[in-house]
Order: sequence, then C-alpha cells, then structure tokens
Amino acid sequence: MRATTPREDLLRGIWRENPVLVQLLGLCPALAVTNTVANSLAMGIATFFVLLGSSVLVSSLKRWIPKEVRISAYILIIATFVTIADLVLNAVVPDIHKALGAFIALIVVNCMILGRQEAFASRRPVGRAILDAVGTGFGFLIALTLMGSFREVLGNGTFLGVRVLGEAFEPWIIMILPPGGFFTLGVILLAFGWWKERKVEQVRPRRWPHGVTTGVGGA
Amino acid sequence: MAELLWILVSAMLVNNFTLVLFLGLCPFMGVSGRVATALRMGLANIFVLTITSMAASFLNAFVLPYAPYLRLISFIVVIASLVQIVEMAIKKLSPTLFRELGIFLPLITTNCAILGLAIFQTNRGYDFVQGLFFALGGGLGLTLALVLMASIRETTELADVPAMARGMGLVLILAGSLSLAFMGFAGLFSS
Repeated sequence: MRATTPREDLLRGIWRENPVLVQLLGLCPALAVTNTVANSLAMGIATFFVLLGSSVLVSSLKRWIPKEVRISAYILIIATFVTIADLVLNAVVPDIHKALGAFIALIVVNCMILGRQEAFASRRPVGRAILDAVGTGFGFLIALTLMGSFREVLGNGTFLGVRVLGEAFEPWIIMILPPGGFFTLGVILLAFGWWKERKVEQVRPRRWPHGVTTGVGGA
Repeated sequence: MAELLWILVSAMLVNNFTLVLFLGLCPFMGVSGRVATALRMGLANIFVLTITSMAASFLNAFVLPYAPYLRLISFIVVIASLVQIVEMAIKKLSPTLFRELGIFLPLITTNCAILGLAIFQTNRGYDFVQGLFFALGGGLGLTLALVLMASIRETTELADVPAMARGMGLVLILAGSLSLAFMGFAGLFSS
C-alpha cells in the first residue's frame, strides 16, 4: 500500500474520493433519507459516529482479529455502534428516528463503512484511522446535506423547515418522492461529468474534427 | 388469501424494494449491465430473501423476545452464516445451480435488501407465511427492476450520449425515470 501523508488521509474522503459523489458507495441511505435537510443531517451524523467508532476499534484490535473471520468481526463491531446510534437517536430526537425508520439499522450494511475498515483501518495505526474516518464521514455528511438541500428547497420550498422560496413557488413534489433521489444524484453526477470534460478540453485545446482518428487512444 | 396476494403485489410493484424503498442499490447499479447476469442476480436474490425471511421469523418468535436489543446483531450474524451454509450445500448437491448463482450468494448476503427485508418484516409484525409472501414479492420486484434496467442499459450502450453523461450519471437518471413509472402502481390499490 502506498504511503500517504496524514493531511492526505484526512482530505481524501472529503472531496477527491468522496464516498457518495465519486465512489457511489452507501447509495441506499444517500437516496432514501435525503428528502429533508434534517433527516440528511441526522443520517450523516449517525453514520459519521458509527464509522469513527468502528475505525478506532478495528484499528486498535487489528492484531487480535484473525484474518479468516475479519469481515464477520468488522460487521459485529459496526452493528454494535449502530445499535448505540439507534438507541441514542430514539432517545434524543424521536421524530427524526421515526422518519428514518429502518434506515438507521441499515447503516450496518452501508458498504462505505465496511470498505474503510477493510481497506484502511485494519492496516493503519489508530491515529491515521481516525483521520481517515473523520474525512470519509465528513465527505458523506457533506454529500447527504447537499442532496437534502436540493431536494427540500425544490420539493417543499423550505430549508430545515424555514420557508426560503416565496409563496408563488409551486413545489416540485417529485423531488421529495423516491424518483427525486435518483434524479438529484444523477444531475449532480452529470454536472461533475460536464466539469471534468471541460477541464480535459482546456488541457488539450486542439481538437481533431469528428471522424478523424488520431490513432492514439481514439477520439 | 386476498391479504397474502396484497402483500405480494405491494412488495413487488407498489413498494418495489429497489426503485421505491432504495434497498439493494449496489447490485442494481453494479450488475445491471447485461440482461443474463441481471436475471441470475435476481434469482439469487429471491433465494436468499426467502431464507432470510424464514430465519427472521424464527428469531423473532423464539429468541428476540428475551433480548430485543440484540435484534440487529443476531439478524446479521444468523443470515450471513445461514447463506454460507446453504452455499456450501448447493456446491455439494448441485454444481450446475452453484455455477448459475454461486458467485452472487456471498455478495448479496450483506446487501441492504436482505437486512431490510428482515427489519421491515419485524416492524410490520408479519407471521411466517406473510413473511414468505413478502420475501417472494420483494425478490420478484427486485428481479423485475434489475432486468428492466439491464435491458435499458444494453440499448443505451449503442446510443450516442453526450460525453458528460457516460457512466453512472445516465444510469441514475434512467433509474429515476423507472422509479417514476413504478409510482404509477400506487394507484392499483387506492379504491
């Protein structure tokens, strides 16, 4: 595994390898609960907590976890933290707990969390694992909040329950319904694709006309 | 009987696991490139969902009343080990079936549709038979969504899409349109 600086460990998950927007991991919660900003924040924070807790535990126990049963061990550790998050949310914000429903329990099978344990926390010292978990968890939180903001503002005309668009605005109900989740993430990815294409064109200003092949990699 | 049918159709179309409840999106995005693969993935899913439903019913009836806080952990451990055992049994008994479904079985054990089914079934208080119909409907719905998506993707491969839309952006927009279409099924039972 390539050596990385602590700074890189922290920042990687936030932007360049953002779990949702770049790697498309953990899509189930990212699409299912982002119909309001409050739900997105609650899910983002719960996932952040679970990821941080399990990374610390996996990283510090890595010497004692046998290689053959490591995945089951990680899942058990993750499930323990999810149970804690589930009970805490139920006690502190019962309304949001009800709105998120089964999706809190489903944090266990969020492939982003298991992926970080397998790819990073189980091979690195505790300090680095914490940095990585904070970066990745924060990247997840940002992506969810971004989607939740788009969906709540367009679908309901409100942000965190406060009206931001005037009375004349006709809410796009579709945005808070299931198809809105797919469309929002799709449009964000299209925007990223457009941005990347534009950057590539700026680097390579001379472009062959259509139909002419350069023989190097193709058009 | 009418109630069981309602559970089946509801899980299959109205509350489609993938397109409406967002469960099992990883296989939906990952293996929907080819119709043949998508179909096999769907069948493997139906299989695992049925086993899961039975396991969850037993756990709910005999173990969890004594320790409700262990629900999540016991679900995941029992489901994962059960699928592993069944996989070994299939490998031994029917190598053909194993070749068809085998590689997908470990992949889908930790997919959210499986755990989601167990949790939804518990939250709604389904009994053993109702749970089985719920699992069957959910599995059929998942297969339907996978096969539809794979057919569309096979077609779009030949289409001339703008460079920025190549990749997952296009797939998500397509999934959104499918999800929109499936919302129409909500009218099935309104009367």
